[in-house]
Amino acid sequence: MRKLMSNRLVVPAFLALLVVALAFVMPSNFYFRVAALVWISALAVIGLNLLMGFAGQVSLGHAGFFGLGAYSVAILPAQFGLHPVIALIAGAAGCALLAFVVGRPILRLKGHYLAVATLGFGILVSMVISNEAWLTGGPDGMPVSRLTLFGWRARGADTWYWITGGLMVVGALLAVNLVASPTGRALRALHDSEVAARVVGVDVARYKLIVFVISAIYASVAGSALALVNGFITPDAAGFLHSIQLVTMVVLGGMGSILGSVVGAAVLVVLPQVLTVFHEYEHLMLGFMMMAFMILLRSGIVPSLSTLIAGRRA
Amino acid sequence: MSVIKVEEIGISFGGVKAVDHVSFCVNEGDVFSIIGPNGAGKTTLFNLVSGVYQPKFGKVFLEGADVTGLEPQVLARRGLSRTFQNLQVFFRMTARENVMVGRHLKEERGLLAHLLALPATARQNRESAASADVYLERVGLGAYADTPASAMPYGALKRLEIARALAAEPKVLLLDEPAAGCNAVETEEIEKLVRKIADEGTTVVLVEHDMKMVMRISDRVHVLEFGKTLAEGTAEEVRTHPKVIEAYLGTHGSKEAAVALG
Repeated sequence: MRKLMSNRLVVPAFLALLVVALAFVMPSNFYFRVAALVWISALAVIGLNLLMGFAGQVSLGHAGFFGLGAYSVAILPAQFGLHPVIALIAGAAGCALLAFVVGRPILRLKGHYLAVATLGFGILVSMVISNEAWLTGGPDGMPVSRLTLFGWRARGADTWYWITGGLMVVGALLAVNLVASPTGRALRALHDSEVAARVVGVDVARYKLIVFVISAIYASVAGSALALVNGFITPDAAGFLHSIQLVTMVVLGGMGSILGSVVGAAVLVVLPQVLTVFHEYEHLMLGFMMMAFMILLRSGIVPSLSTLIAGRRA
Repeated sequence: MSVIKVEEIGISFGGVKAVDHVSFCVNEGDVFSIIGPNGAGKTTLFNLVSGVYQPKFGKVFLEGADVTGLEPQVLARRGLSRTFQNLQVFFRMTARENVMVGRHLKEERGLLAHLLALPATARQNRESAASADVYLERVGLGAYADTPASAMPYGALKRLEIARALAAEPKVLLLDEPAAGCNAVETEEIEKLVRKIADEGTTVVLVEHDMKMVMRISDRVHVLEFGKTLAEGTAEEVRTHPKVIEAYLGTHGSKEAAVALG
């Protein structure tokens, strides 16, 4: 049991070390910026992985929550003079409430039907953001005021590297805690058999809703962080393609793997940067590599590699 | 006192009366078996009693209270649990974790404490793991505690389901073909286990095809055919009941039926 307890913390501890260690080898601000984008995506993907990988419920609309988080740190300070941190918290609370209201009816659906319903939700959010130009600047996007904490202005890629890295590690820690708790066991159980979970007293509808709300909060906070880092936000953050990208990161990194969430995010953020050397073939290469990953490492990068390594050892 | 009482219950699927006005009473601590040919409606009856299906008519009483139409998780809280004919195991979890889910209702469920891994949650995890190990030991799966369910043999998974259901400390346990697909040795182990569960005070309702086992351990036997009650009585009464013999082997097979029914 002691061993089990310490095992749980291995992944967040490793991620914390990674954030610290990488900071020493970053050659330029550009790298800090890319890494900050990885940490932000990873945060959203960890949340989505709790929903998809652990509880087995798909969402093709999570960029909706991401976008709402992003726009709340853009709109609330600009329109109501709220502090960006308060705006971030308000955005997360708003997304939690929205997820609660939307989740109730749509989480009754299963599999493909749930996928289509969440897809519809995501499209709805991105349409609203694109169309309400008086509030959101419409398709052109809107600027985000800088974050100031106690008279200290957060600026520079390295500053945001640390802030987003910290958020990601905290997100990973909370996620591993949850997975190893009675709630986490209930979520994993209903993934495998809803009826078996119910006959031992698990309120399946309630637990699906809980994890949906939690994953919406993760997406919202990640969205807020992106808006603050970029200082500018466009409706693409809430768009359908971004939802698909988040799901791809979950699947590529490994369903049900917290470390996999970070790896999946890293691959999909970093790879396009690396592949620019192929010029016009960049997207072709990206597509091929994603297919190769899924064919060769079919349960996702991290779970497949860890089974492989465990197999070698045995 | 009857722990579970079913009154004139029924359901139909597309015009077919899968279960049609079935009634029975189960006394506390008894092993009550439901038998019948394939397609007689035994599993459907279980699904009605355990809340998986909503009955079209009829009533179910648990310890005297009307529980008709309540959802499985509500019935679990009131002391009814079950296993499944087709395995419903949490395959992505270890044997211990499977049984820990069975402890769900006994666990502290503060979400914030879980996210922050407060000491109370760690203590809860230890308690659940410890009691899961006790239940695994009880069904003879102690050695499998850390094995992923996906790597366990079929017979062990059948017992794992029983351990998970027992972990919920039910008053009434519905076992749907616990010995199906098991060899003679495994069947004997399951028979002993069922006897032990009943002796310790849990009421057992059993659907089973292994007639020898049914006749040996049942206090009462209820026979279904085409969704209707054919007969009910002690094992001896049912075994010699002409209608039962006819249902199993036709009119002229009484001698063979007597052999088949043990």
